[in-house]
Amino acid sequence: MRYAETGYNLEIDLTRGNIEKVETDPADTKLHLGGLGTNAKILWERAPADVDPFSPENLLIFSTGLLCGTPAPGANRTIVTSYSPQTLLTGYSMMGGFWAPELKYAGYDKVILRGKSPDLVYIWIHNDKIEIREAKHLSGKGAVETQELIRKELREPNAQVAAIGLAGENRVYMASIEQGRSSASRLGLGAVMGDKRVKAIAVRGTKDLNIARPMEMFNLCNDVLKYIKFRNENPVSNVMTILQGLGSPQEMLHVDEKWHTENFMWGNSRTRRKEFWNEEIEKKWAETQLSVRKRLISCYNCPMKCGAIISVPGISTYMMKCFSKLTYSMAAFVEDIDFGFRIAQRATEYGVDGFSVPQTMAFAIELLEADILKSKDFEGCPADNEGRFYWLLDRIVRREGIGNILANGTYWAAKEIGHGAEAYAHNNIKKHEQLPLKLGMLNPVYYLMYCTGEKANITQIEGQFPQAPFATVEEKENFIKDWIQVPDDKFKKIVMEWEFRGEKSNPYFPTVDMAVDIVDWQEMMHYIDDALGVCAGLSSFPLKPPYHIHNYPEIISAATGMDIDEEGLKEIYRRNRNLLRSLNIRRGLKREDEQIPDDHYKKRFPELEKELLDAYYKFKGWSAEGVPTKRTLYDLGLDYIAEDFIERGILIDYEAIPAKEVIVEK
Amino acid sequence: MIEKKKKIIKTIKIDLDKCNGCRACEMICAAYHAEPKYSSINPARARIRMIREPIRDIYVPVYAGETARAECMGRDKYIIDGKEYDECAFCRSACPSRDAFKEPDSGLPLKCDMCEDNTPGEDPLCVQWCINEALIYEEREEEETEEEIERQEDIETGLESLIDLHGIDSVINALGRLSRKGSNGKAAEIAKEVISEAVKN
Ligand code: SF4
Ligand code: SF4
Ligand code: SF4
Repeated sequence: MRYAETGYNLEIDLTRGNIEKVETDPADTKLHLGGLGTNAKILWERAPADVDPFSPENLLIFSTGLLCGTPAPGANRTIVTSYSPQTLLTGYSMMGGFWAPELKYAGYDKVILRGKSPDLVYIWIHNDKIEIREAKHLSGKGAVETQELIRKELREPNAQVAAIGLAGENRVYMASIEQGRSSASRLGLGAVMGDKRVKAIAVRGTKDLNIARPMEMFNLCNDVLKYIKFRNENPVSNVMTILQGLGSPQEMLHVDEKWHTENFMWGNSRTRRKEFWNEEIEKKWAETQLSVRKRLISCYNCPMKCGAIISVPGISTYMMKCFSKLTYSMAAFVEDIDFGFRIAQRATEYGVDGFSVPQTMAFAIELLEADILKSKDFEGCPADNEGRFYWLLDRIVRREGIGNILANGTYWAAKEIGHGAEAYAHNNIKKHEQLPLKLGMLNPVYYLMYCTGEKANITQIEGQFPQAPFATVEEKENFIKDWIQVPDDKFKKIVMEWEFRGEKSNPYFPTVDMAVDIVDWQEMMHYIDDALGVCAGLSSFPLKPPYHIHNYPEIISAATGMDIDEEGLKEIYRRNRNLLRSLNIRRGLKREDEQIPDDHYKKRFPELEKELLDAYYKFKGWSAEGVPTKRTLYDLGLDYIAEDFIERGILIDYEAIPAKEVIVEK
Repeated sequence: MIEKKKKIIKTIKIDLDKCNGCRACEMICAAYHAEPKYSSINPARARIRMIREPIRDIYVPVYAGETARAECMGRDKYIIDGKEYDECAFCRSACPSRDAFKEPDSGLPLKCDMCEDNTPGEDPLCVQWCINEALIYEEREEEETEEEIERQEDIETGLESLIDLHGIDSVINALGRLSRKGSNGKAAEIAKEVISEAVKN
């Protein structure tokens, strides 16, 4: 019997309409856990290295994580993986909500889509019954609307539906996949789904999922729940409000936006408005938010409430989480948050990424002001800030006129527009739009995370370690006293020594070695979460989370029956980390791509930056070019990657092949 | 003669405003009632159901109650605070008219038992796992005025309606399973006797 996982994947060939239920190899679970780990393995093995993201040969994988559907609180992530049309690298994006547990209860760990359907379809998975159904009547429908229509048409109010909107259908590179209050937004996976002509995947499952050591698992999960309760009652002190608690950023709960509006950039990530927030704005914004917010809501089996039902008079209800309430308003220079809630409704129905799209629209407006785009490109566009954004959004998702170019995001649009437009696409890492954040002093830890993240998205790497030093010894002591999550006490020492000013401050402290260590820990937790399907909001993202490296091994062991200890789990992390890196290396990722935007920090330190990157690569067992060495790959049982790299000339075979038995024992 | 007895009234207070729709209550109820406890998870087996329609802001946990032998002659439909709830939304019955509160494979009705074999003094599992306190457990004592109805009789009426609904075979199967697993062993034994009587007649 398989535990925690179902042991089956659903393989759907859209070109032929062929559906197969395929038993998976339990050895892969031992090596990679599941979720992102096994997705990466499948992508490595089955999608050609140079495949075009919009080719029938590209795969689009919807995966549960290993713990999804078990009693583990917050284990509800769907990990969508493919090659991204935007970065051309591995694209993985996670969504919370209810879809992944439902898939487990239907009897599957993953849905793997390949090929391309001749017509728009949706997939209906109801336990053993799987249908590819015609979706012509859903063409052009909103992503939220589609979910409702499908539930009605199937007469299954309990079906969970992941759907794309018009943006995905039109292969907008910034298209998302929407599902209830969640979405897989980053890196354009909605476009890949649209390219495969799949409007939605609906799931209903009523089967049992087995737990290997029931009582043990129950007790461990109970402890997690108790700790969540404790943390909800005991916010971390001496850090900003949004960093005090658990969950995703609590943007639906909080109305005080002084920090974001004054520290994040407005427009095309350019303008900082230090004196923006005042009482009048606070009052008005709070009123608006509280009046449109109907209820704070959660994902499956999680007591947090990171999302909200938003109902703005005159338009249909939708759900929201995170920062999208601010991204549109700030990019458009609109000081009324009502606009944010209104345009986000349209954007959610269209199914687009709430970070990249506002940035791209602000970029277009800057190009117009700089006379690089011409007024004829904006023919028919209203003159006011709000009107312009609605107009641009409509053009982008329909790929009309200038929208057809902008639909590819700032990097590709700038290339196509030319005439110096590239300088305006200034906030990208690996061709992907970043948070609108521009800072003064380089923080070595963040520098490394920005550069080296395989997903090019800081929120998918950061967490755990404080973002800034504490002011006094008392504050520091207070912070470290119950810091049970640290893998090693050396991290407490760093917190104790780290200062705002002087020798032990940014950029030279944390030192290069410390920075590498800290990044490794943060990455480790994200990679484990992404394989287990546990929400980062309860683990890798916030300070002092309920899941950590010391309790995960027991939880995984109790759920699956595999006996994993801390060392074993760390090795799986390293294997998955190197697998992801190798996928991208094979796609052509180079050291020179691992850079932050020029203007990210006011002060730059080229020598230190070089040292940081060198040390990070070395620590990981990678070459100076960021390529995993043969030894590293062999040590992790990834010999097949080493051999592929040697064949392609990415690695040169100068190391003697180590004796495998010795390696495996380690 | 009327004998006065004390009985314990167990109540779960449901505060819809506090519910975030997480379905932890369903998950843990299903897990608790698995055999052995917590060995399998399947919210479709839960004795509590979240009626959850985010777009209409409808969030109602409903507990499974008595089985309805036939659907009601008329159905109810509530509108509360301008929100229109579906027909029979608040009804606790496993009823021929709908799928709610039925075991997914056998179709047998489910009923909340207030986690009766839980450690005394502990809240029912769904309440324990709802740390948002949308579910609050309360107990109070009341004086009972009538003689307690015989358990045997109780089981008989219950079984009749089950047989009515599902046919005798699936009921026998289910009871066989129950007595093998040892849970509700005694009740299952009595029930089996009753059934063999019924079959003979
Ligand atoms: S912490 Fe928030 S985002 Fe994460 S699972 Fe819970 S409700 Fe969802
Ligand atoms: S556990 Fe509580 S908050 Fe969650 S769905 Fe059930 S009643 Fe609502
Ligand atoms: S009280 Fe117990 S049996 Fe009843 S719904 Fe809650 S967990 Fe299930």
